[in-house]
Amino acid sequence: MYNQTEIIKDTTALGPEGELVINMGPQHPATHGVLHLVVTLNGETIKKIEPHLGYIHRSIEKMCESLTYRQFIYVTSRMDYLSSHINNTACALLIEKGMQIEVPERAQYVRVILNELTRIASHELWIGAMAMDLGAFTPFFYAFREREMITDIMEDTCGARLTMNYIVPGGLMYDIHPEFQNKVKAFIKQFKEKVVEYEDLVTNNVIFQSRTVGVGILSAQDAISFGCTGPVARASGVRCDIRKIAPYDVYDKVEFDEVIETAGDSFARYMVRIKEMNQSIRIIEQLIDSIPEGEFVGKTKNVLKLPKGEFYQRVETARGEFGVYIVSEGGTTPHRIKFRSPGFSNLSALSHMAEGSKIGDLMATMGTLDLVIPDIDR
Amino acid sequence: MFSLEGLTTATQDWLLIKFNPTIALAMECVIVILLSITLFALLGLVLVLMERKVAARIQIRLGPNRVGPGGIFQTAADTLKLIMKEGLTPDHADKFLFNLAPFVVMMVAMLLLAPIAFAKNFQIWDINIGVLYISAISSLSVIGILMAGWASNNKYSLLGAMRSGAQIVSYELSAGFAVLTIVVLTGSLQISEIVAAQENGWWLFKGHIPVIIAFVLYIIAVTAETNRAPFDLAEAESELTAGFHTEYSGMKFALFFLAEYINIFIVCAIGATLFLGGWMPFHIGHWEGFNHIMDYIPSSIWFMGKTFFLIFIIMWFRWTFPRLRVDQLLNLEWKYLLPISLFNLLLVTIVAIMGWHF
Amino acid sequence: MTNEKIKEYISTYAPNVIYDETGEWLNLILEATEWQKLASVIKEPPIQMDFLFCLTCVDWKTHLTMVYHLSSTKHRQNIVIKVNLAIDQPIINTVSAIWRTAEFHEREVFEMFGVDFINHPDLRKLILEDDFKGYPLRKDFEDPINMIKL
Repeated sequence: MYNQTEIIKDTTALGPEGELVINMGPQHPATHGVLHLVVTLNGETIKKIEPHLGYIHRSIEKMCESLTYRQFIYVTSRMDYLSSHINNTACALLIEKGMQIEVPERAQYVRVILNELTRIASHELWIGAMAMDLGAFTPFFYAFREREMITDIMEDTCGARLTMNYIVPGGLMYDIHPEFQNKVKAFIKQFKEKVVEYEDLVTNNVIFQSRTVGVGILSAQDAISFGCTGPVARASGVRCDIRKIAPYDVYDKVEFDEVIETAGDSFARYMVRIKEMNQSIRIIEQLIDSIPEGEFVGKTKNVLKLPKGEFYQRVETARGEFGVYIVSEGGTTPHRIKFRSPGFSNLSALSHMAEGSKIGDLMATMGTLDLVIPDIDR
Repeated sequence: MFSLEGLTTATQDWLLIKFNPTIALAMECVIVILLSITLFALLGLVLVLMERKVAARIQIRLGPNRVGPGGIFQTAADTLKLIMKEGLTPDHADKFLFNLAPFVVMMVAMLLLAPIAFAKNFQIWDINIGVLYISAISSLSVIGILMAGWASNNKYSLLGAMRSGAQIVSYELSAGFAVLTIVVLTGSLQISEIVAAQENGWWLFKGHIPVIIAFVLYIIAVTAETNRAPFDLAEAESELTAGFHTEYSGMKFALFFLAEYINIFIVCAIGATLFLGGWMPFHIGHWEGFNHIMDYIPSSIWFMGKTFFLIFIIMWFRWTFPRLRVDQLLNLEWKYLLPISLFNLLLVTIVAIMGWHF
Repeated sequence: MTNEKIKEYISTYAPNVIYDETGEWLNLILEATEWQKLASVIKEPPIQMDFLFCLTCVDWKTHLTMVYHLSSTKHRQNIVIKVNLAIDQPIINTVSAIWRTAEFHEREVFEMFGVDFINHPDLRKLILEDDFKGYPLRKDFEDPINMIKL
């Protein structure tokens, strides 16, 4: 980490051989949050990228050590704020696994629908942000038009638009809104009509393609070695969808394809996310009409106590594999909790992917990694 | 019929009666300066508002709609805000050059106004090398940008300035060649003669293929020359925060901002003059009645209409396309646009020599 | 590939490994000195644990335990490696050359737990400030200003 005086010193001094060291971030339009990259440039060409993290580190892992198993879920919404439902699901699943709590089918169905809606919302935001990184402002507003419908559904369901805290160990906090199914169907209808516009505006755009095709290539081998997951790894041809590998909730009952591209470049990552949204729609369509009646939360004790031992739960967030690792001593609070965040591993590949390319390529690469900084810093 | 020509002639006659010629000339200069400054201020307000409204329309938003009816005073309020702001000069910056740069950029934009024919016989200076003058002066704006980038003592600014330098210098060539196409056809460098040559039809609609190619090249090249998206690498927001004007604030920033819009206006005005007939009304062959009605529309409105149409096209580009990468930008110019321009010039020269044009 | 086969294969390279199958996945408890050698063995076929998806450390007050969660993208098999370290001088070999994601994860563990990774290419603080004192995720970490005490 650079302290204040060093940053100033750095910006005024040229490195050896005419290298230019620039601090990209913590306040920079393209880092979408407080990521700090120290980029060594030779003219326009990137020689080295060093991420410096911690500007939004809240030490959630330490915090959770003094929170009970009912409380700590709410903190996880604040990590990857674009997949808060999925983070909550991961924690709930882990506790249900540890304490062998039966989750009612209704809750499982709603969880999967909400998770997929969250995934679409996250990808929508990502398209907008990425297009903006590449200098196109308009797709952002197109993407937000559809995302707004999802956040409205979320608001109806749980009163919040970003940090939902709706999923609790045993099921859901409340039953769904009576209009939930209709609204989701309305959303699906609109989404299917409007997703064509993205194709016209972004996918088929010549400049967009020339900016992304062949940029930031990550081979399958490197993707595995760097621990990349989610769309980043799938764009390199690695099968890593936790929904397929270790299905949770009702993912084993629905039909969907794991989207795989093999090029490994920014455009492949873009295509994976676009196709993934369509797969998410497919999952929701299969479930939305058949949400079973019944309880929305299973029977749980008021005070949850995980048995002594170690538990690990993996889920697939919009960014990749999210893992919760809890070491329990049998009490009401965890002894050690570790969140395996997808962004942290994906970020570690950035330097490898962007070295030797131009500054503009760094934006295309970083944009398609879909970094959420609170998720990386935790 | 309303005409600006009468106004200017009357003013000049009156001045010449009242004063001796030297003083009259001096007073005319003052009037012209005041008028062009007013035009600048007005253009800045109108174009920024237009940009925001066009952007809003494209982005399914409403745009500014709070200050004044339909938000028309929004830009005036913004300007007021910028005037109130403190103009910071960063430590370690070259203070003289840093403060000079916005004025250089602004002055270049002002100089370019001289040979533009705003209406029939309404022109500040009908210089006989008008087109050459425009190409020569418009290259100077890069000096202001480089000055701003270097003097800011900021690496982002420096990168932005370097990109801008490379970009403007290369795209100047294509723009120049596109302009030369018309010069070859007209056989004159004087703006008034170029306009006069289009009396029986605008160059773009006369059906010369080289002219159509030149028009497309011209629009691409001037979009790049004015640092507009998709060629806004010099101020690429997501890459270099704000490029060469990262460190500017308050009115100094506003001058850069204004100069950008003025430059757009000027290149579009030149484009309208060369390809769309300047202030010439739209005529269709032998439709006497139609042509007569068109003649009733004042020439200044024709000129402004054409210019704003071209400005709209350039704004449309900005809100639709992503930004090019720096190497792609230079590839586009040196590998595609420049050879096409040269070939096009050759083609049009053959047309002119053989006398195939009309 | 079953757990039995993995055990059998690993035993030929590291006979002193203790196995624990009470949890969801097969746990291997081994010595810090064995880890470097074993890591390169299990990365390669036939076990091919090529995907290190979680690397962390647990403070047991008496000792630290490094925990590596490994997965095989080929066999879809997960194993957990645990290495106990002394709390006063935690030293272990780096695996950042074998699984490159470990570079960042080890830097995080280094600053949060104070584990020293031998041969790590760039062992500096990643998240905390350079002059930060103490190891925040250890159980004995106290910060009177921010009222952190377990």
